[in-house]
Amino acid sequence: MTLYLPLSLTSILLLFPFYWMFITSVKTNSELIDLNGLPFWVFQPTLDHYKYLLAETGFLRWTLNTLTISVVATAISLVCSVLAGYALARLRFRGAGAIGAAIFITYLVPQTLLFLPLLEVVRQLGLSNSLWSMILTYPTILIPFGTWLLMGYFRSIPRELEEAALIDGASRLRAMTQIVLPLALPGILSAAIFAFTLSWNEFIYALVFTNSTDIKTIPVGVVTELVKGDVYFWGSLMAGALLGSVPVALIYSFFVENYVGGLTAGAVKG
Amino acid sequence: MRAETHERPVTAGQLPTIGELLDRQGLLAYVLLSPALLILIAFIGWPFITSLWLAMTDQSVSTSVVRFVGLNNFTDALKSQIFQQTVRNTFVYTGVTVVFKLVFGVGLAVLMNQSFRLKNIARAALLLPWIVPTALSAIAWLWLFDGTFSVFNWVIVRSGIADRGINWLGEGTWAMAAIIIANIWRGTPFFAISILAGLQTVDRELLDAAAVDGASPWQRFWRITIPLIRPVLLIVLLFSTVWTISDFQLVYVLTRGGPANSTHLFGTLAYDVAVRAGQLSQGAAISLYMFPVLIVCVVALLVYLRRSST
Repeated sequence: MTLYLPLSLTSILLLFPFYWMFITSVKTNSELIDLNGLPFWVFQPTLDHYKYLLAETGFLRWTLNTLTISVVATAISLVCSVLAGYALARLRFRGAGAIGAAIFITYLVPQTLLFLPLLEVVRQLGLSNSLWSMILTYPTILIPFGTWLLMGYFRSIPRELEEAALIDGASRLRAMTQIVLPLALPGILSAAIFAFTLSWNEFIYALVFTNSTDIKTIPVGVVTELVKGDVYFWGSLMAGALLGSVPVALIYSFFVENYVGGLTAGAVKG
Repeated sequence: MRAETHERPVTAGQLPTIGELLDRQGLLAYVLLSPALLILIAFIGWPFITSLWLAMTDQSVSTSVVRFVGLNNFTDALKSQIFQQTVRNTFVYTGVTVVFKLVFGVGLAVLMNQSFRLKNIARAALLLPWIVPTALSAIAWLWLFDGTFSVFNWVIVRSGIADRGINWLGEGTWAMAAIIIANIWRGTPFFAISILAGLQTVDRELLDAAAVDGASPWQRFWRITIPLIRPVLLIVLLFSTVWTISDFQLVYVLTRGGPANSTHLFGTLAYDVAVRAGQLSQGAAISLYMFPVLIVCVVALLVYLRRSST
């Protein structure tokens, strides 16, 4: 009882906003502004807000944009992180400590610190208002974490396996791609899931770098385009918020262990 | 790409093959690091230098000739009421949320560390507030805190606690309370899951031995568990502090820094000044004020990590 009561209470508190999103998204407009009825339930469920969202707004386009950006940025970051993580974990070279520390520091650089000068850089490169502005800048958020995570993974793989291959005449690259990488797959998967969800959720860069409707990502599109003047389309806002959260929630639910492993690897190993 | 033998010395007059060159650790390391470093230098290093320059000029949407103004933007910011308010807001917002997230996080982690049915599902569900896009979950909070249709107000009025609902986002103090509540909701799962991972590394035998020696559960928690998970607590606290000080999405969606600037943080103020008012240089200077705080956190972390690894 002392366990289940606080547990269920916390679960309700943590999950209530999601329930609220859902119930709001299927209410009719008249039910939404009815102050006399019971707000916790829906009496005339409707899919109108979803139809409006999908047919009348750029939501599908934003989904495609977000997906493209997230997949490409994740791929770029993975390649960079695997290579950098391997070098830092396994190779002896001058400056290793300094470079490792520098990459770690960039992990703590928040987006709000550099979004304005980055906007200038994006403009100078002629990338503003394009998907590239996000594809190329998101890796700065993803690579530091990925490198850090994979460094830990590579270190946990016994050196002897690799050295045996080297003695047998394999080159370092070969030892890396054929022996170390397959063993590090769980770590790479963690890094990939992390990178994908972070890209999907990114907000301020996407907000500042884009202005036309068909370049926007889901979070930015839903927040900026479903409010006309002072009129909030609550039903479709909630439908958009819910649908926009489903992909990350799904991926996350399939790979909870990898996600939690990645999230806590740094904290526990310290 | 492979060399015939692993460590064959390269003799004069015989050019090394690419494979042999890459077998030299130093060179290979830099080749492997170059893609990551290139991106980080281009989109973090270079913007950082740009931001120092930007913050010391008078660039805005209306200036055609950009002038160097030294530290004027920084001193102007310090003198402005709105900036001072922003510093206070950030202090309150970060201080209150981090303490609550820590307390709730530890509590939740201790609960989750017990064995019970459906534990895996519970753990997965509890992380949801943390993994969904914050800008989107903030929309749910926007509706929950709506002046007229807030369901909290519905409960408050119907249950007779008060005659009228709270004007959540319309009054400074309540607006601050609202973004604090939403932030705690979003951040607690991260604390809980990280601390839970820390708890799982605590040796049960230690706790059992202490119990045999007559230590109460409370004593065992404070004297054994907490000291053992202190590294995790410290790291989680530092990360959360950095993220909370630099927060943007929740405030942008819920209040835009209002009413009357009572919820502005560095990020939202910089956005307002630079993007909406077009004062690019002033905005950059405001953002840069976060930098010293960041340095303190980074140094603390690095010193701590170095000490614990030796």
